[in-house]
Amino acid sequence: MGTAPQEASSGPPAGRNYTEVQQSAEFGELRRAHRSFAFPVTVGFVVWYFLYVLLSNYAGDFMGTKVVGNVNIAFVFGIAQFVSTFLIAWWYSRHAADRIDPKAEAIKKRLEEEA
Amino acid sequence: MSSLVQLAADDAGEHRTLIITLFSVFVAATLGVTVWAGRRTKDATDFYAGGRSFTGFQNGLAISGDYMSAASFLGIAGLIALSGYDGFLYSIGFLVAWLIALLLVAEPLRNSGRFTMGDVLAYRMRQRPVRTAAGVSTIVVSIFYLLAQMVGAGALVALLLGVSGDVGKNVIVAIVGIVMILYVTIGGMKGTTWVQMIKACLLIAGTLLITILVMAKYNFNISSLLGAAADNSGKGAAFLEPGLKYGVTTTSKIDFISLGMALVLGTAGLPHILVRFYTVPTAKVARKSVNWAIGIIGVFYLMTIALGFGAAALLTPKEITESDAAGNTAAPLLAQEIGGGADSTGGATLLALISAVAFATILAVVAGLTLASSSSFAHDLYANVIRRGNATEKEEVRAARLAAVAIGAVAIVLGIFAGKLNVAFLVALAFAVAASANLPTLLYSLFWKRFNTRGSLWSIYGGLFSSVFLVFFSPVVSGEESSMFSGVDFQWFPLSNPGLISIPLGFLLGWLGTVLSAPEDPDGSKYAELEVRSLTGKGAH
Repeated sequence: MGTAPQEASSGPPAGRNYTEVQQSAEFGELRRAHRSFAFPVTVGFVVWYFLYVLLSNYAGDFMGTKVVGNVNIAFVFGIAQFVSTFLIAWWYSRHAADRIDPKAEAIKKRLEEEA
Repeated sequence: MSSLVQLAADDAGEHRTLIITLFSVFVAATLGVTVWAGRRTKDATDFYAGGRSFTGFQNGLAISGDYMSAASFLGIAGLIALSGYDGFLYSIGFLVAWLIALLLVAEPLRNSGRFTMGDVLAYRMRQRPVRTAAGVSTIVVSIFYLLAQMVGAGALVALLLGVSGDVGKNVIVAIVGIVMILYVTIGGMKGTTWVQMIKACLLIAGTLLITILVMAKYNFNISSLLGAAADNSGKGAAFLEPGLKYGVTTTSKIDFISLGMALVLGTAGLPHILVRFYTVPTAKVARKSVNWAIGIIGVFYLMTIALGFGAAALLTPKEITESDAAGNTAAPLLAQEIGGGADSTGGATLLALISAVAFATILAVVAGLTLASSSSFAHDLYANVIRRGNATEKEEVRAARLAAVAIGAVAIVLGIFAGKLNVAFLVALAFAVAASANLPTLLYSLFWKRFNTRGSLWSIYGGLFSSVFLVFFSPVVSGEESSMFSGVDFQWFPLSNPGLISIPLGFLLGWLGTVLSAPEDPDGSKYAELEVRSLTGKGAH
């Protein structure tokens, strides 16, 4: 099989190789559109989740404070984790459709035309 | 004797007949679908990836079906019923985890891989060592998860059917194993995917029905339900606050942080979840399918709140623990209670219905695990390591089918031998290995140019062995009444969940192995290819 991965059977596009594509300004924008969203948001929801876990572990009195009826802060916090998960999924999908997909498709189309 | 067992015996097997009929209908219907799908399975892409022909919604359902195990359906409901709020706290990590799959893993994996996790990990590395490591890790994670499900299935179905004695349990483990082998060998990914979808619909419908019936009892007022649960649990307001299970000691608190890490970071490294992203035509559809899965799984966990607190409100703690100390029968018992009680037709029907759903849940999950591990054996180990890439597609798929039979047989035998041991910890261990061995390697492979073969091997083997090593010396294996081997004591690692140590170690070793060895891709051309393909979908299979 040599050194080339088996999956790379489609080969580099004629004319330009992958390194040139990767270093193009256009691809840089695509990479930035993905990373500048995905990386900070990942850090954000992981921190948000562990804040919730730590408060549940170490701030029992605060979490036990009643909000409405028998519903306490701990419960509201838990539901908020569901809501934030749904919202981030929706937000990312909108971001991807607006900012990532058109760039990715443009590069892919050009590569296929060149090939 | 538990009330359930008595129930089945008293009524001369009337309820048992209903449960067995529903089980049989499910098995017959899904096997029919499997045979139909098997006729449409012609090549390796059909067998491994269902022809990449599923829609986002279909795959979202199937992902949910693959993910929502009996441990989450019955386990979380039981945990809430017994420990109140802490059960709810536990369920949340399983959902939040999906954002890592969505933001970082699903799309690039779909774009750059073909059939297995190993495809992406080995993309720019030396094929044989990295594929071996990926295959070993995939098979170990799957076997752990599989074993926990099989043993749980034996105990649970025996309980629901009122079968007592080891022979009955062993027969059930064998039946589960044989049906899962049939799904995988006959239907491949197409058949298994349809089984997952059917199971997800049944699980959601069954849970929704019980949720509505419970909530109707409390006029759809969550505060009344919580109040009734707190009163009836005998623990008062503490039942609605964190701490009853995970907050007891300093160790249990740290243990929960460790568990939370494994849940959130492990999901996106579970091999049977990763292979599902290959069953759709493009990365965009993979994204859609994760969105559907987040919606379905999220709604499901929200409904387990009603199930768990409903069980706490309507059943006494003694009733909940009587037939199963961990509370795994809380949901079926609640169904019986809400249908009109043990002596009513309504109660018997709902009990049978929920029991059949639980059985379907177990079957679908074990089939997904068997498929993922046999795929990795055939594609990573057999075709690319043993045959060095010279196997034909036909030979590869035949190896996958044989591997499914072998893995299924191993799972049946281990399931029978482990039948008396407490192996529930294996689910958490599977997540810990996925988070410590698979996730670091996946993320470094996709996002770090310098990453190389040695880094991959160090993080996979380091994460895998450290997780297993720490658990082996933890209280879940020895030293306590509830340990797997309760008669001996060689524990020194205090946490039941190794993630707190093993996950950072997996990341650290991946980095260290890389910087301590020579770059393999000095001009960066291999990474350029991977990065361009993973972000644009150029050349995607």
